[in-house]
Amino acid sequence: MVYSADYIIQQLVNGLGLGSVYALIAIGYTLVYGILRLINFAHGDLLMIGSYAAMAFTLNLLLPFPVAILLSIAVTVMIGLVVERAAYRPLRSKPEETTLVTSFAVSILIQNLATMILSPQPRSFQVPAYLSNMVELGGIDFSVMNIAIIGLSALLLIALTMFIKKTKLGIAMRATAENMNASVLMGVNINSIVRTAFIIGAALAAVAGVMNAGRYGRIEPMMGFVPGLKAFVAAVIGGIGSLPGAAIGGLILGFGEILFVGFLPPELSAYKDAFVFLALIVVLFIKPTGIFGKAEDRRV
Amino acid sequence: MNKLLQLDTSRHTRLPGMKKPVLAVGVGLLILLLIIANFTLNDYYLRLINLVGINIILVVSLNLTNGYTGIFSLGHAGFMAVGAYTTALLTYPLARKPLLFPQMPEWLQQTELPFPVAMLIGGLIAVICSFVIGLSVLKLRGHYLAVSTMGFMVIINVLASNLTDITRGKSGISGLPKISNIWWVYALVAITIYFVWRLLHSSYGRAMLAIREDDLAAEAMGVKVVRHKMLAFAAGAFFAAIGGSLYGHLITSINPSMFSYSMTFNLVLMLVIGGSGTLPGAVLGAILVTLIPELLLNKLERGIELFGFQLPQMYGVSQVLMSAALIITIILRPKGLLGK
Repeated sequence: MVYSADYIIQQLVNGLGLGSVYALIAIGYTLVYGILRLINFAHGDLLMIGSYAAMAFTLNLLLPFPVAILLSIAVTVMIGLVVERAAYRPLRSKPEETTLVTSFAVSILIQNLATMILSPQPRSFQVPAYLSNMVELGGIDFSVMNIAIIGLSALLLIALTMFIKKTKLGIAMRATAENMNASVLMGVNINSIVRTAFIIGAALAAVAGVMNAGRYGRIEPMMGFVPGLKAFVAAVIGGIGSLPGAAIGGLILGFGEILFVGFLPPELSAYKDAFVFLALIVVLFIKPTGIFGKAEDRRV
Repeated sequence: MNKLLQLDTSRHTRLPGMKKPVLAVGVGLLILLLIIANFTLNDYYLRLINLVGINIILVVSLNLTNGYTGIFSLGHAGFMAVGAYTTALLTYPLARKPLLFPQMPEWLQQTELPFPVAMLIGGLIAVICSFVIGLSVLKLRGHYLAVSTMGFMVIINVLASNLTDITRGKSGISGLPKISNIWWVYALVAITIYFVWRLLHSSYGRAMLAIREDDLAAEAMGVKVVRHKMLAFAAGAFFAAIGGSLYGHLITSINPSMFSYSMTFNLVLMLVIGGSGTLPGAVLGAILVTLIPELLLNKLERGIELFGFQLPQMYGVSQVLMSAALIITIILRPKGLLGK
């Protein structure tokens, strides 16, 4: 089969869009993991909370879309902080398996609470007309939403990098990720560092949730779990704990998925989720630290 | 090093204060109860009792990896699916097979095996899968292992949903012969518990416990870490497949979504609430977490009248309460109800 150049470019932009969404989610995983060695399974469910909140603000309160996104970020961050305080902080010194099970439980709890309160029925998610239009660039049609997703993600990634590299809080975060005990001795307040990681992660997850909902046009209580898991795979491929790793991993996964859906025969594209996890197992087999990750020393 | 020397295997496995005659009387009473139950209870309760038994098999075998060896697997539902699908395909009555599976390869369409043989084949295929997956992930620790075993479950799920010629895809296979009864289920419960108990009291079991306590120290003492992890993983996979086969032939229909995240989560829930790393804990967890949602919480989901108030239908409330119970257990009693 021969593809036109236009089609290939459109698919590449699609991949970039999807990859950006994964990158934003993966950063939340990586930030929290870097500091707490905790894989927060419930991270994906923040996407769902973010998109439901955005829908409520636009449909019920008739707020403009950008304002709704800002408010939904606030709601999601609040829930992220509640989860951290209620479920993860009491377990901070516990083995990683314990916190893993807890985060799994939190995830199931959030999903079913949402099912209970919001009903399991999927709802359609409308974005404003200016986002759902197509725009012609150099003779090729692109969806405005994809361009907006890519632009916004790039902006957020740059802002985050500046924050981590330049601000005092960012430096403290990196120090804590490097060695928690030493940074406590240096006067770093661990609780505020952990809170910051959860705030940034939840905010990015809310944005990613709205983007995801906009791409698919519908939302449901379980919508966050699988993208969340895939973003986790992205974080591992990039090297968990590393910010550029999470971004690169997200992009690799986004391009890979679009490649599957856009270029391979439809019989094969149903297997895309299997290939995501196959990729995870292969990466862990060949290079468990991922692309940018550092090997962790084990002290005897 | 001290930890390893202090390792006392007996407390993990032996029922406290129970001598052999007491055990024999207890088992005898249990058999008598099962016989009485089999002849007096209606189908709903019998099915529930069988479900309890199947969950005991699943949780006791999950305990081998997650509890005793300290390798945190989230792939149990995947192995269950392997067992359930294999057994279902091999025992499906020849007369109806071509109708239900017109696209199936001819040799499979012409095959009908007795239930125990099919179940054994299912178990062996699960063991082969566990080797393939184990060789790549068992050298990893903690959450990497957890997520890659979960990845295995997803892969099996995608295969079951898409190999429609054999599995009939998402609609699943229905009309399986109803074979799982109290005798099949509880005979296999006894075999599973006996096997796990014997394994733990062998040198293999002690090596597994040593790996859980401190894998570096165990390796330094000459324990072959990967080999013993593999053994626990494969044995767990085998019994997961057996449990899956029984489950399929109890419900009499299977589909991919039965063997997914919620199944994995429920099994982990049973193990952690009961007390992971203990045999009685695994059994108790399986019993409680099977019965409580079924007998109490499902009524809440349908909406009941409580103290004169009509509660609305609350779809999902049972999972909400169970996961909350898990979080509270982990925070207040991290070793579970029977853990020490």
